[in-house]
Amino acid sequence: VSAGYVSAGPQTPRPGAGLALEFCGIALEHPVINASGTFDLIAAAETFDAGLFDPFPFAAFVSKTVTLQPRAGNAAPRLWEAPAGLINSIGLPNKGLLGYLEHDLPRLHRLLGGTAAPPGSPDASPVPLITNVMGSTAQELIELVSALEERSEIAAIELNVSCPNVRTGLDLGADPRELESALTAVRPHTSKPLIVKLTPNASDVPAAAVAAESAGADAMSLINTLRAYAVAPGGGAWLGGGTGGLSGPAVRAVALAQVAAVAARVSIPVIGMGGVETARHAQDLLEVGATLVGVGTASFTDPAAGARIARGLHSKPANSGLSPQAHA
Amino acid sequence: VSAAAGPDRRGRAPFGRRRGTVVGARDLGAYRVFTIAEALARAPRPLAGQFYMLAAAHDWGGRGDERPFLARAFSVARAHELDGQLALDFLIENVGPGTERLSELSPGDQAWFTGPLGIGFTAPPAGRMALLAGGGVGIAPLAIWQDQLLAQDRQSIALLGFRDGEHAAGADLLVDPAVATEDASVGRPGLVTELLTDELAERPDAVVYACGPPGMLEAVRALCAARGVSAQLALESGMACGFGACFGCVVALRDGSYLRLCTEGPVVDAARLETALAPGHPRRPLSGHPQRAIGALP
Repeated sequence: VSAGYVSAGPQTPRPGAGLALEFCGIALEHPVINASGTFDLIAAAETFDAGLFDPFPFAAFVSKTVTLQPRAGNAAPRLWEAPAGLINSIGLPNKGLLGYLEHDLPRLHRLLGGTAAPPGSPDASPVPLITNVMGSTAQELIELVSALEERSEIAAIELNVSCPNVRTGLDLGADPRELESALTAVRPHTSKPLIVKLTPNASDVPAAAVAAESAGADAMSLINTLRAYAVAPGGGAWLGGGTGGLSGPAVRAVALAQVAAVAARVSIPVIGMGGVETARHAQDLLEVGATLVGVGTASFTDPAAGARIARGLHSKPANSGLSPQAHA
Repeated sequence: VSAAAGPDRRGRAPFGRRRGTVVGARDLGAYRVFTIAEALARAPRPLAGQFYMLAAAHDWGGRGDERPFLARAFSVARAHELDGQLALDFLIENVGPGTERLSELSPGDQAWFTGPLGIGFTAPPAGRMALLAGGGVGIAPLAIWQDQLLAQDRQSIALLGFRDGEHAAGADLLVDPAVATEDASVGRPGLVTELLTDELAERPDAVVYACGPPGMLEAVRALCAARGVSAQLALESGMACGFGACFGCVVALRDGSYLRLCTEGPVVDAARLETALAPGHPRRPLSGHPQRAIGALP
């Protein structure tokens, strides 16, 4: 898989040069995208100048999770700095499906160059938009996916299946049978590529991946955050939401193991993510079988991390020949 | 489309983090002031109340508990031209792994910075006095606000509170401030809110600009609300990104919604808040160093 990402030449200015690929029928300039919920394009465009689009850091843009009803999100505090990582308990704040379709989608489409080239790169083609949704029942997922199916601005749909099932208490995505039954119900309602964002908080992640593939998923993405907890200085839960999810370099080795295990079991493309901060980290995920790499927490500390990593992949030989620990 | 002008109180920051050279660093009592410079041509002028995400370019991480990991949000304390560069001053108190590392920076060192970010202060209506109330390290944005008000020929009075004399040395950052200390070592014994109460009795139509620990900000909010005084509070919160991506730095508003401090703050109209205490988390008791416990990442 990684053989396609070898440098095309040392003088090409665009970060994705020589890395172009097709993912589920979608043409991408390079294999680096954002992890859902780690980059708010609308807020970024209000904060930063046109350099945001010169070049845009991601080959495709993944929205934050959209739910059927609007959500305010969890009470503060929502963050805890962990050893080489971050625990968040954000609670998926969003405007709900209708708010997304009415307000966010047209703006995202415009910002991604859907109606005109993005500022700063007049010759660039539009950046594909992947919309991430979460529903707690198959019926909710069907409603969400059916609505997105109608919108040509959306290139693909990612399902966040880290929603706890009210009956079993398990995340929908942690139970292969539940996942398979939900996906089987959802699949007929869209012709767009369906990406399943797997939860790492499961006893058998590859089994969930296999179930998702057999129910018609077009791709997998993993890992989501690892369930985590922080104790307040005075005792009790620090986070307003109780538990949170761990991300950042602290989870990178776990991500490599899970991506490798899933890629070995499924034949559909895998989007690997978890603690990627450098091109080398991205290369590692590609080597264990990922087709695309998601950048998440790294964008928090370096907003242009995606572009930096894509540029680095471009200049990185497929096999650096370095000993395993020597690539610092 | 995306390059359209933003709200008045927000300039667009260059995209991404930039690497700057530390050109100055000095102790100021219990605090450290360090200065990062960048070429004027590419440096947007910050508005008072705006902030930057800061990290040392080297040795960021690997301290106690393998931290710091995230960049740290700091209000800019002063912006000035220096040898053809824009120099930005930041006021740091060493209270944890990130602020400890930033406190060690010395001239010649490299630092990452992203900004200016967020929405700053809005000037008072013509003819109205600006009362700047600062507590502890929260005096930083009031220093640049005093500069900018002065440059616009606007009148302001600075009122600053500190826990003790060592911290009160920070008052040097502002021009002619009135100072209160909790240990009675400098200025008036007591709290900055007592200075503010007296000043508001004289000037009931003043506009208040405040930054400091949550307990102080809540006291300012309450006393301004009781008097019908307009107040702008510069709040702080743990922040992972500073540009609206993580949704981590929220503050609960009176209407029950949450506001992201990084993009819709950090300066917030006090009238929008039910409380300035423990943003969104009133059950948490305020004790010890509340600013450290519930405020910005240390």
